[in-house]
Amino acid sequence: MTRASKAVAALAVAAALAGPALAQDAALVERGRTVFAHYCAPCHGPGRGDDGAPMLPGTHALHLKYRGEKPALLEERDDLPAPVLKTFVRYGVASMPPFRKTEVTDEDIEAISAYLAASAAARRHE
Amino acid sequence: MAILPPDVSPDDFAAALRQFAGAVGEEWVLTSDEDLAAYRDHYSPVPLAEEELLPSAAVAPAEVEQVQEVVRIANRFRIPLYPISTGKNFAYGGPAPNLRGSVVVDLKRMNRILEVNAERNFALVEPGVSYFDLYRYIQERGLKVWIDCPDPGWGSPVGNTLDRGIGYTLGFYRDHVAAQYGMEVVLPNGELMRTGMGAVPNGRAWQEYKYGFGPDPSGLFAQGNFGIVTKMGLRLMPQPEHWRTGLVTVPKRRDLGPLINTVNYLTDLFMIGEPWYGSPLRALLGNTEFYEAATRRGGVNEDELDRLAAQAGLHSWQVELQFYGSERTTLANWEYAKELVSRNIPGARIVDGESLPVPLTREQIEQTTGPYPTNMRRNVTQGVPSLGIWKNLGRTEAFPDTWAQGHIGLFAVIPRSAEAVFEAQQVFGDTLREMGMRTSITAVSTPVNWYQFCFLFSAGFSTGGGDFGATPEGKARVRDALKTLLLKAGERGWGEYRAAPYFQDDVANEYSFNDHALRRFNETLKDAVDPNGILAPGRGGIWPRRFREGRA
Repeated sequence: MTRASKAVAALAVAAALAGPALAQDAALVERGRTVFAHYCAPCHGPGRGDDGAPMLPGTHALHLKYRGEKPALLEERDDLPAPVLKTFVRYGVASMPPFRKTEVTDEDIEAISAYLAASAAARRHE
Repeated sequence: MAILPPDVSPDDFAAALRQFAGAVGEEWVLTSDEDLAAYRDHYSPVPLAEEELLPSAAVAPAEVEQVQEVVRIANRFRIPLYPISTGKNFAYGGPAPNLRGSVVVDLKRMNRILEVNAERNFALVEPGVSYFDLYRYIQERGLKVWIDCPDPGWGSPVGNTLDRGIGYTLGFYRDHVAAQYGMEVVLPNGELMRTGMGAVPNGRAWQEYKYGFGPDPSGLFAQGNFGIVTKMGLRLMPQPEHWRTGLVTVPKRRDLGPLINTVNYLTDLFMIGEPWYGSPLRALLGNTEFYEAATRRGGVNEDELDRLAAQAGLHSWQVELQFYGSERTTLANWEYAKELVSRNIPGARIVDGESLPVPLTREQIEQTTGPYPTNMRRNVTQGVPSLGIWKNLGRTEAFPDTWAQGHIGLFAVIPRSAEAVFEAQQVFGDTLREMGMRTSITAVSTPVNWYQFCFLFSAGFSTGGGDFGATPEGKARVRDALKTLLLKAGERGWGEYRAAPYFQDDVANEYSFNDHALRRFNETLKDAVDPNGILAPGRGGIWPRRFREGRA
């Protein structure tokens, strides 16, 4: 089971035990996982980059930026609340261009933020 | 940052926005600074902010009928529109319009894959579909067809085709306009038209015969401004069973001629995929003596370069070949290629490459230790979209804190011959060095063979942070260098195949045979079908009458 699906599965179990509020959270996290996989992971996911690159470009850029002070993988970051994420997404940063509302809605950004927090928490408990 | 469309009053613009909202829903008329920031060209080469190509608003229809209504409203208020598909045409303007103040028609929400047929090998898609979307759709269903994707792969097959984009597999498929088979278009008056067999009501071979009867206008919509394409058919390559590669190197500088001729022969018999040219001598560019020999102004001394190559024990040129087919047919074609090379080029070295069943596994695509070092980009040769090419931008080990934010360049169309390559090396290299520009163009630079029947010779520059020219002065230098190169290329009979909005007039000016007869013809058509000049004014260097005086 991948880290992402572990995070979702953990939340789903918790939701079943704790009722509608957590079920809503689980749905948000699942939505975030889907949007992240579609729009973010091709650059910010784990694994090798193309043609011998050690990491995917976004992950590598954050690795060089933080030098271990923060995780290079966004799925290990618990410090990206939706407003922060939205600034990067809507305005772009460094070589990452902005993403428009027609690609990633404001609700999608909320969901990605929830997913990253859940994913980071799951990783901490591994 | 509020900007008005040109020649439109604030009251009229406000009224138009209300009508756009009636057509597409208030949520999808975007006017706030935050919303419009995402429609800027993130890699803009424009030096001055007041000249940046910014939109006045964006509207995002989800249905063809909404596109038609948006066009009718724009005609009513004479508002220029600029359609985008996925908005990822970076280095060629991204989601930003051609004309400052235009309203961007963002087609990303039209993202339906209407058909993928793996028996007759085609797809029919809307403009908001990305290469990733189409690839995932095919993979999830286990269909045995390939897409031919550009690099990076987050763009739209429709949008890429309409900018005459390219890919990396077999010649027919990597020429994306050639592989376009049928369009649906909203014309500048709001009417809906289909090309080819789509013009036959209930036409049943729309993606199998693209010409229909009479003139085929589909070419007008690529790098043009004659309509908004809302559906497009694409020919898809059947998934081959096997992929094989091989390397050929040749010792002397003049051997590039017979090498290119041999590869042209194989290419034009449709026996090989994209050939990847290179030079083993690039390894010597750090050597002062060799660098000076390879950048000698006015032309290199070929004997000197051959001597230095021989001293280093290196060959002068190489080409990587690739074959798609069955295990046996790819072997037969590679054996035939080896026979031709041996016959045509004394001293050539031939190395067997990889021989793998298709589809390659993820591990095989990521494999970097083949029989020889390869320059091939492995995802795209397998029709797999990726964003991995962004490793060339952003932070790198060499520049962890100052980075190339974007890039811009030109790709001159030159003949598929060694003489043309040698001439381009000298003209481009000398021009840039005389201007004091940092360039990697030398006497060992090689062209790309993206389009099957021509070479493209490129000169590229980084734009962005740190040392890479983000300042207005840095961008102005890049602009001046590119414009100078365009003029030099034009003098030699070369033109560009594609250009960012900022350079489209300059490129169009190169195509000036008989006092710009081609442009005059296109603009006569433009005035006839778009009398209000609302659709993408200036795209492809084609200006409607009302804006023609603004031509650069």
